[in-house]
This record gives sequence, C-alpha cells and structure tokens, in this order.
Amino acid sequence: MQPDTLFQRITDYANRADPYPLYAELRENGVTRQDDGSYLVGTYHEIAALLHDPRISSDYRSRTHPDEAMIRRNERPPSFIGLDDPEHDRLRRIAMRPFGPPHSPGRIDELHGDITRIAEELIDAFRGADRIDIVDEFAYPLPVTVICRLLGVPHEDVPRIRAWTNAIIDSFDFTPGADQEKRQQAGLDARDAMARYLGELAGGRRGHPSEDMLSALVNDAGPEGRLTDVELMATATLLLIAGHETTVNLITNGVLTLLRHPDAHKRLRDEPGLMPRAVEELLRYEPPVHMLPQRTPLADIEVAGVTVPKGAPLILMLASGNRDPLRFDDPDRFDPEREDNQHFGFGSGIHNCFGAPLARLETQIALGALLPYLDDFHLLDDPPPYRRSPLLRGPRHLLIARG
Amino acid sequence: MSGERYDGRIVVVGASLAGLRAAETLRDEGFAGSLTLVGEEPHLPYDRPPLSKQVLLGRVSAQDVGLPSRRDVDARWKLGVRARGIDPVAKQVLLDDGERLPFDRLLIATGTRARAWPDPAEAALDGVLTLRTRDDADRLAERLDAGPRRVLVIGAGFTGSEIASACRERGLEVTVAERGPAPLVGALGGTLGAFAARLQRAHGVDLRCGVTVTALNGGNGRLTGAEFSDGSRIEADVAVVALGAVRNTEWLAGSGLAAGPRGVACDAGCRAFDMYGIVTDDVFVAGDVARFPHPLFEYQMLSLEHWGNAVAQAEVAAHNMVSPGPRRRPHLTVPAFWSSQFGLNIKSVGVPTFSDQVVIAQGSLREGRLIAVYGYRGRVTAAVSVNRAKWLEHYQHLIETAAPFPPGPGAADLLDTGPPVSSDVPDPQHLSHGPTVALTGHLPDRRLTLVRQGD
Ligand SMILES: Cc1cc2nc3c(=O)[nH]c(=O)nc-3n(C[C@H](O)[C@H](O)[C@H](O)COP(=O)(O)OP(=O)(O)OC[C@H]3O[C@@H](n4cnc5c(N)ncnc54)[C@H](O)[C@@H]3O)c2cc1C
Ligand code: HEM
Repeated sequence: MQPDTLFQRITDYANRADPYPLYAELRENGVTRQDDGSYLVGTYHEIAALLHDPRISSDYRSRTHPDEAMIRRNERPPSFIGLDDPEHDRLRRIAMRPFGPPHSPGRIDELHGDITRIAEELIDAFRGADRIDIVDEFAYPLPVTVICRLLGVPHEDVPRIRAWTNAIIDSFDFTPGADQEKRQQAGLDARDAMARYLGELAGGRRGHPSEDMLSALVNDAGPEGRLTDVELMATATLLLIAGHETTVNLITNGVLTLLRHPDAHKRLRDEPGLMPRAVEELLRYEPPVHMLPQRTPLADIEVAGVTVPKGAPLILMLASGNRDPLRFDDPDRFDPEREDNQHFGFGSGIHNCFGAPLARLETQIALGALLPYLDDFHLLDDPPPYRRSPLLRGPRHLLIARG
Repeated sequence: MSGERYDGRIVVVGASLAGLRAAETLRDEGFAGSLTLVGEEPHLPYDRPPLSKQVLLGRVSAQDVGLPSRRDVDARWKLGVRARGIDPVAKQVLLDDGERLPFDRLLIATGTRARAWPDPAEAALDGVLTLRTRDDADRLAERLDAGPRRVLVIGAGFTGSEIASACRERGLEVTVAERGPAPLVGALGGTLGAFAARLQRAHGVDLRCGVTVTALNGGNGRLTGAEFSDGSRIEADVAVVALGAVRNTEWLAGSGLAAGPRGVACDAGCRAFDMYGIVTDDVFVAGDVARFPHPLFEYQMLSLEHWGNAVAQAEVAAHNMVSPGPRRRPHLTVPAFWSSQFGLNIKSVGVPTFSDQVVIAQGSLREGRLIAVYGYRGRVTAAVSVNRAKWLEHYQHLIETAAPFPPGPGAADLLDTGPPVSSDVPDPQHLSHGPTVALTGHLPDRRLTLVRQGD
C-alpha cells in the first residue's frame, strides 16, 4: 500500500484532535513537495517571509492547474481574502471605512458593553445547569450575535446563517471521498444563497441609512468610492463568515485549554489582567486557523533551499509555525504569560486578519466572564469531537459537567 | 564583576526620546544606582514627529505631545539646565548652573537643533521661525491660526515638506524654496524626488526648485517677503527655515571625545570614541547625536535623524552601560523612517542614499502607491513605500540578507514595469536642507587640538 503523504495524514480526520506531532514531522522534513505537486511549509521564519513576499498570490487563478472546485468557485467573484493588491487593497480599505481607524476608530471599543451583556445573558441562561455544551450555548451564539448586530443582520435569521456557514466550512475539507463532490456543491450553493441574502438586505438600506456596517457600505463613499453590487455581496459574505466562525473556535479552544491546564486557569482567575496575554497565547497554542491553503508563487521562488515553481499550490501551516522551537521557547507548553509572542493566529502581512481587534475583544470578554463560573466543571469528553475541517479546526461540541 | 549588575552613578545628558528610553531601559535591566537626567529644555520628554503634523493642523496642542513613560525611572531630573562640558579626568559633567555631576557612566543624548537662518538680522525678523521644539511648534501653529497671506518654507526636506503639507491642508498659500532639483531628493533620490515635486504642485504648493533664498525682507522688524537667486521675489508674512539639523556637540569641545559637526562617533556597542579613535568604556552615545558604524553599509559611520533609531540605540546603549563585556549587544537595527504629507504615508527602510540604482518594484508612481527599491553594486540596500507600508518587512529582509538587486520579478501588483534607473542621489552640498540620514565615512572625526587633561 502506498504510504499516505504527510498532507493526507494531516488532513485525515483521525488526526484532528492532535495534529501537532505531524507538524513536528513537517518542520523536521523542511519544505516538502507532496505527490499532488503542492508544497507544504511549516517552519516559522519561512512562513513569515512568504506572508510578506509580494510574489505570493492569494488568488486561485494564479495556479497552473486549478482544481475543479476552484474553477467552479471562480465563477463567483472572489472576495478580497482571495485577491491580490491593488484590488485587495482597494476593497479592504472600503470595507475598513465603517469598521476601524482611521475613519471609524471607536467602532470596536463601543461594542464593549454590548459584548459583555451578551456574554452575561448567555451565562445566566445555563447558570443552574449541571451539563453544558460550551459550543452551542456560549461560544457560538456570542460572536454570531455580535457580527450580525455589527453588520445589521436581523437576529431571527441566525439559524439560516448557521446552516449556510456549516455547509461552507464543511466544503473546506480536503479528504477525498464519495461525498466530496456533494459537499463542494453544497458549499457553493450556500455561499450563493448567503450572498444573495446579504445583497438584498443591503440593497434595502440604500437611501435609508441605519447605524450598521451594511448600511454604511451602501450609503457612504470614501476616497476609494463604493463597492459594486457584486463586490458588496462578496465582501459582506466574507465579513459575516470570517466574522464569527473562527471566534467560535477560539473561545471553545480557550475553555478546553484552561480546563486542561488547571494552574493556568487558577492564575487567570486570580489575575484577570493577564487575560489579553492569555488570549494571544491561545492564538499561538490552539489557533482556529491551522493553515492557509490558497497561496501560489507568481515566480519560481526559493524557500529554505527548495525551489517552489511558479503556479504550484503553496500551503502555509500556520499552526505548525506557531509551535516552531526555533522561534518559541518550549513551544508545546501553554504559557499564558508568554512574552514576545508574535504568533500567526491572525496570519501576517497584507491579508492579516481584518477583524483581529474585534476577535480579541470578544474572546477576552467571553473567557473573562466564563472563568469564575468554570471552577466546578470538568471536561466530559477529552478530546472532544471535532468538526471536519482541518483548516478551520475546532470542537463540534464541548461538553462540560459539574463535579 | 562578571554576571553582576552594575550599580554606580549614571548621568544622561539630553532629556528627550533617547534619554528617556535609555533611563527606562536602565531600570528595566535592574540598574539600582543613582540616575540623573539633564535637559536644556524646561519640559519633560516629549515627542517631536507630531510637531510638524498634527500640531500644525491644530488637531493636537503642542502641550499634549508628552512621551508616554513606560515605567517609573526613579531619577533626578535637572530640566532647563544646559550641560556645558565634561571633565574626563574627574569624570564630572559641568552644568551651566555651576553644579558638577560626578558619573561612573555617562550617556550623551543631546540630539540636534534646527539650523538657523545664516543672516542674524534677517533671522530676527518677526515671522521668521524654525521648527524643532515644542515651543517652536506652538509659535508656528499660532502664526498659522492667524491666517497669514503666504507662508514661505525654506528647504524641502521631510520637515519642510510636512510643514508645506499642513499649510495647504489649512488652505494657506505656501511657497517652498529648495536649492536642490526636487523636494526630498536628499533622502530619497531623483525618482521619488520628481514624484514629490508633482505631488506638491498638484496640492497647490508654489514649489521653486534650483533656487536659493538670497534675502528675507522686513519692515518695522517684521518679515514682509523674500528674494530668490533667480531674481524673483514674493511677499510673505511667515517664513519657516527648514534647512536641516545641527548636532548638539559644541558642549563637548575640550572633552577629548571624537565629537564634531557630524556627531559623536561611537562603536557598534554605542561606546564613544575619543579623539584618537580609542574607544572609551564609560561614555556612551545614542540618538540623533550619534555617529555609528553599520555592517550593512560597509561599516561606514551613519548619522540618522530617525525616531526609531533613537529608541533602539538608547536601549542598546543602556543595556551595555550596565552589562559586563560578554553580555553587551551591538546596535544593528536597519534604519527606518516615516513621514506623512499631502495625504500620503511614506516609509523607508535601509539607507536610500547608499545606492546607485532604483527600481519601482510594486505599484506605480501614477497611482501614488508604490514600493521603490534601491540597490548598490547589485545588492538591495533600501526600500521606500508610499501608502504600501505593509510590504516593507519583506524588503527589510532583503536588505538584511544583502539580496541581489534588482529584486526578482513576480510581484502581484507591479504596474510600472521599467528597468532600474540611476538613483540620482545628489551631493548634500547642493541642497538647502541637510539630509535626515547621512553616510559619514569610516573614521571617527579627529579633533586636532590636543587637550591637556586636568586643566
Ligand atoms: C518636526 C519634527 C518631525 C519629525 N518627524 C519624524 C518622523 O516623522 N519620523 C521619524 O522617524 N523621525 C522624525 N523626527 C525625528 C525624531 O524626532 C528624532 O529622531 C528624535 O527626536 C531624536 O531623539 P534624541 O533624543 O536623539 O534627540 P532630540 O529629540 O533632539 O533631543 C535632544 C535633547 O537634548 C537637549 N540638549 C541638547 N544639548 C544639551 C546640553 N548641552 N545639555 C542638556 N541638554 C541638551 C535638547 O534640548 C533636546 O531636548 C522629527 C523631528 C522633528 C523635529
Ligand atoms: C479568533 C478569531 C479569528 C481568527 C483566528 C482569524 C484568523 C484570520 C487569519 C489567519 C486570516 C488570514 C487569512 C489569509 O492570510 O489568507 C484572517 C483574515 C481575515 N479575517 Fe479573521 N480571524 C478571526 C476573526 C475575524 C473577525 C471577527 C472578522 C470580521 C469582523 C474577521 C475578518 C477577516 C477578514 C475580512 C480577513 C481577510 C483579510 C484580507 O484578506 O485582507 N476575522 N483572519
């Protein structure tokens, strides 16, 4: 039997709960070409250099052999996460205008009170319970409520959004199999439906400005002008999905990690001021985004002595870079007081996470509110059941019980 | 004393960015001895970059640019007092108020001051200003508030160009006079200089290059206008002299240190050289006043007027002041600088003047978003971004690894495809303004007078 390539083993669902030994193997092997012609990079300094290299494209269309799914996906206009400068830069600026500095510097800070209230309401709802699913009862509803409020999506539509998002995330699974085709199609259909939904919602606000981001995107124009309808749909879809999906996993991973590390848990309880640093450490130690699978060199480039040819798929294993002993002391240790922690949890370079300030605030508040409450609880399943995706990795459920 | 922390008496002369950051680092490193900061200005340390930007636009008051302190430094502050010399034998700093401050280690962080208009009578006219300090910025902002009919800016380096930008943003008429061929050429060379010239004109600046101001005219003690070397003249009620900076080293004459107009020479560990080129072990230098060798630029001595350099060098100097030999660190930071003007954000890494060629590697001049990469004898030595700062880390890496110039093709957003051209860095002699980064050769300046010690 043909031995599986490293990438196949990494994406194999059986290794979802603990892919870290495979990452160590990857770093050991250096930059490795897989049988399908893709190249895997797992060492910190090489990933950092590639994320800042202008010859690395985020656009699928730069590949010499785009696969079927990509071709189909490309019938839809890509959002700016899948575009290169200068298009990426223009669209990101327009999207940033109602979200952050310099035009809207207070936007995120203003959410502090709202987020705290939402977290407390969720906790109140399960205060007496002996058994809680952290994902369904806390980590999911919090960020989805926040991003919907920010964008101006009515709360009653959250169930539809959740169904669409799940279909989209499941389609990011590279495991080949009979249902792969079906999953891909379901993902595309969901994306189209979500885009149409958001387009209509935004369209209805044109000329009737409200406080939300969708309204700002259709009503205000900055120096870069306004988004076209097609751009608006792609951008709003990106913001909605990227704006909650990963935060769910970070909050869940936070609870999981703290219950696994009672010393750190206690330390944080006694000194809540450590929370911001602990969240950075979580982003390093258990990041929600494990890899960036869609980079492509626009010229032959050399990475750690290996030439990666123009047009080849280049996969950056962020979660492996985060555990690189050449960059982090004792990388497999969870240290909520770690200094000099320039992790790849939010990527780096021009595509670095647009929503990082919001994600940080949400996670700090969420874990801060939950911590005092967790004292009497333990994990029911360790490891918990994981979601399919090896890319956006996180528990499907996280059951904890009193006692 | 190997391994032990040092705890003698430390004096820091110059209580601005470098002085403060050094003091904080000393305490961070566990220095528990006595610490004194001497500053000629009466103010606690403050930040200069906003003085030519937010302060002139009236967005921030000159009172509100204090540097945030990172920690308590537990120091004695001697503010409003100038140091006038060093007694190297007795190891004392002599102050203008007569006090003598004994030291075991000394940090020189006296920075620079604005070069004055050469004609004292014209310089004394009401309306003729310079911009270096908080008080200068206060005065200039007040003049701009009063709505002058025209402002003349003499010298189109970074400071002059930022002042012109603030004037235009406030809707004031402004004339910029520069002896060189374009604004910013002294720092960025011909290609970006020409770009800056177009930018200024597009923003309504009356830009006059290749001319010098031959006279500032006055009536009743007030500025009324100026005359240029091409025979033209203008009326103006405010003139800002932006001719670059002069290093504050005069007070060190007679100290026996290698201190001169180009700065105080020091080694890579920030230790000052004496006038014979022998390195001292108790006198350290950091910030704008320092002149230090850099391996990436063939070990030539660099003089930088860069905020980031002042911070990084102060930290290294402070560390080395209290660390035994084997624990000392070199100051090897790649020079970096930023400026904002006419709505653009300009950033530079490396030393653009250490170059023979330049190429646009990303974006385009036309779009006003670009990366220009500079090379010297086939390797990358600098990069300048205009509204594209996020890419600079990549180029910094190319500079640090002496990567081949021109950089390989393939950047996703390369819109101007042209071959490298001459970087056209003019001889600083032919500019109005001093450049903010200067390559100053290989040797410590020797002072020719022999000081008889103990006098
Ligand atoms: C208007 C302006 C805008 C700037 N903008 C930028 C920018 O955008 N980006 C950037 O990178 N850099 C910028 N800079 C440069 C930056 O501010 C300097 O690099 C930085 O201030 C250097 O710090 P320093 O502590 O070495 O020297 P300084 O800030 O010059 O401080 C030296 C201090 O020593 C005092 N002193 C001098 N002689 C004596 C003496 N004999 N006894 C006691 N005290 C003495 C002086 O009064 C002064 O307070 C700007 C500078 C100015 C003036
Ligand atoms: C813990 C939560 C989050 C994590 C771990 C995370 C992680 C990341 C990472 C790794 C990238 C880089 C992708 C790449 O380089 O291709 C990214 C990009 C992005 N993120 Fe996040 N993110 C989080 C939360 C958010 C939130 C709350 C928002 C929106 C409000 C958001 C919006 C985006 C967008 C729009 C991009 C694309 C940026 C670009 O291409 O320029 N993210 N994120």
